[in-house]
Amino acid sequence: MNKKQKKMLWRILAAAALVLVLLFLPLDGWLRFALFMAPYLIVGYDILIKAFKGIRNGQPFDENFLMAIATVGAIALGEYTEGVAVMLFYQIGELFQSYAVGKSRRSISALMDIRPDSANLLGEDGEISEVNPDEVPVGSLIIVRPGEKIPIDGVIVKGETSLDTAALTGESIPREAKEGSEVISGCINLSGVVQIRTTKEFGESTVSRILDLVENATSRKSRSENFISKFARIYTPVVCIGALALALVPPLVGALIGHPTPFTTWLYRALTFLVISCPCALVISIPLSFFAGIGGASAQGILIKGSNYLETLSEVRTVVMDKTGTLTKGSFEVSGVHHSPLAESELIEYAAHAEAYSTHPISRSLVAAYGKEPDTERISDVREISGKGVIARVDGKEIAVGNDKLMRDVGCDAVECRSVGTIVHVAIDGAYAGHILICDVVKDGAKEAIDAMRAAGVKKTVMLTGDIRAVGEDVAKRLGLDEVKSELLPGDKVSALETLLAQNATGEKLAFVGDGINDAPVLSRADIGIAMGALGSDAAIEAADVVLMDDDPGKIAKAIRISRKCLRIVKENIWFAIGVKIVCLALGALGLAGMWAAIFADVGVMVLAVLNAVRALNVKSL
Amino acid sequence: MKKSYKIEVDCANCAQKMEDAAKKTEGVKDAVVNFMALKMTVEFEEGAAVKETMERVLKNCRKVESDCEIEF
Repeated sequence: MNKKQKKMLWRILAAAALVLVLLFLPLDGWLRFALFMAPYLIVGYDILIKAFKGIRNGQPFDENFLMAIATVGAIALGEYTEGVAVMLFYQIGELFQSYAVGKSRRSISALMDIRPDSANLLGEDGEISEVNPDEVPVGSLIIVRPGEKIPIDGVIVKGETSLDTAALTGESIPREAKEGSEVISGCINLSGVVQIRTTKEFGESTVSRILDLVENATSRKSRSENFISKFARIYTPVVCIGALALALVPPLVGALIGHPTPFTTWLYRALTFLVISCPCALVISIPLSFFAGIGGASAQGILIKGSNYLETLSEVRTVVMDKTGTLTKGSFEVSGVHHSPLAESELIEYAAHAEAYSTHPISRSLVAAYGKEPDTERISDVREISGKGVIARVDGKEIAVGNDKLMRDVGCDAVECRSVGTIVHVAIDGAYAGHILICDVVKDGAKEAIDAMRAAGVKKTVMLTGDIRAVGEDVAKRLGLDEVKSELLPGDKVSALETLLAQNATGEKLAFVGDGINDAPVLSRADIGIAMGALGSDAAIEAADVVLMDDDPGKIAKAIRISRKCLRIVKENIWFAIGVKIVCLALGALGLAGMWAAIFADVGVMVLAVLNAVRALNVKSL
Repeated sequence: MKKSYKIEVDCANCAQKMEDAAKKTEGVKDAVVNFMALKMTVEFEEGAAVKETMERVLKNCRKVESDCEIEF
């Protein structure tokens, strides 16, 4: 509790004690009034002042004004106890609200406690000085010791270490980094001292951008929030007019038809109305739920850029995914050797040597499969034949590595492969020596991720790929996807997505998941764009609505589950708060519920709604 | 030019009032108050003196919400 809250608590306790004493004293007339005014003013003086200021500033219909009218009215009717009690409970509610919101804000900030406090700047003279990260220019050298956070994005120039990226990605396995590795701020240095040359200013560094994004996410209002602010704008005046009507109409009608009713009864009921007229429970708990949901998600490495996106995410029924980099690793691996008279390893050894100088991903995968650095002493006469492959001399033998056209060139027949993937044929001294099958590998957990999406309520999963039909369909079958569209040029992806969008029923949303590198137009065209593996990629963070910091496809389903939980809480709060208020208004109008019930309904609903909202923060086990 | 400041305010409605007050201040082009993050982002008009403008913003905010605080 801060100083202001503590002061409020003392005022409430003092007023409550005074009221209790006064209740047992036999008091009458003016003395009773004067004595009851003491606790009333102790607990409510600031409300009265604010109400007065509100009127002076031309904004009369705020909750201070309503509370002031209701309590002053009750006191004027001689209901001193109720007047004081309403003010007392209202202040208890306000205190609780301020305390609960402050507390949840702190726990959300604690989840996001990745802001580094200082940087160790290495001066030209070799002196290390501790400075504010804001003051470190681009291109400076900084030192990060084990246990410290990397304050600014940069490149390691000296030392090697392992980094804990959990605060950014939710991933617990440390990442290795050595000289030349790019490192991002917010990671915790685990093992070694490293020297880093900064490549960005602090304000542009990953950690600052992420914090900014999360903090500003709640300024993008969701439909639920807009509904509440509209509702609040209408609700308060309507209830006030209702109160006025309740005070005037029944007594007038009663007098006209000859059954006069006491004016004070109806005035009391009207004041009860005013007490219920504050929409506080809704106004505070709905944004708090969204804030908690976004905060909880970000601690899991899922950045949601606005409450509106969180809401859309909960309505996603179709998930469209890019293949390469999203469902597959985007790196090629040797998955088989066929029709070779030689041993597998021997054929790969020849192919790897022939391709040793090439930087093509296929060549790299051959070298990777060989497992050692090719021995350049053994290679000579390398000729690259564009669009066909490579011919080189290895150990004196002429090795041709490439497609079937190259095989025809060297005078042998290539054997067709029935498997799906990229086929690399090999010929040795003009004789066919078999082929090597190279595939893009499906990510670990991709199948489970698709199943989890279905369990989370996704009806249709679609994959888009620029790859050939056979490869696309093979991956789709292995993952159990509903639909696949292959052989798409980058421009075709947008139109394919538009077709899918048109098929969606109203209220059902479509999400596109990509790696954010070359699919920015698709990301922005979808109802909601999710970029994955975005750690350190500014373009992806810019283009997407939801950013998954690592490249685990399982996070897609998790993000959907988090959004569902958050929206469920929001809906619970809306129905609960509005429902209780309407019941109380009805009971109040009939005279069945007095001011006591009204203030309990008002404060109680708010307390429960706030507690419910904080639940949205707890998403770890989802 | 945009700058953001830490603020102290108790309720969502009060934060809204501060935002309105800040927006109307001389030298302020736009202002947004984020109650959840307790931050006020102020966009200054060109050539406006930051410190003097912020003093005016605080004064205007105090008018509508007497116990608010802005750190600048």
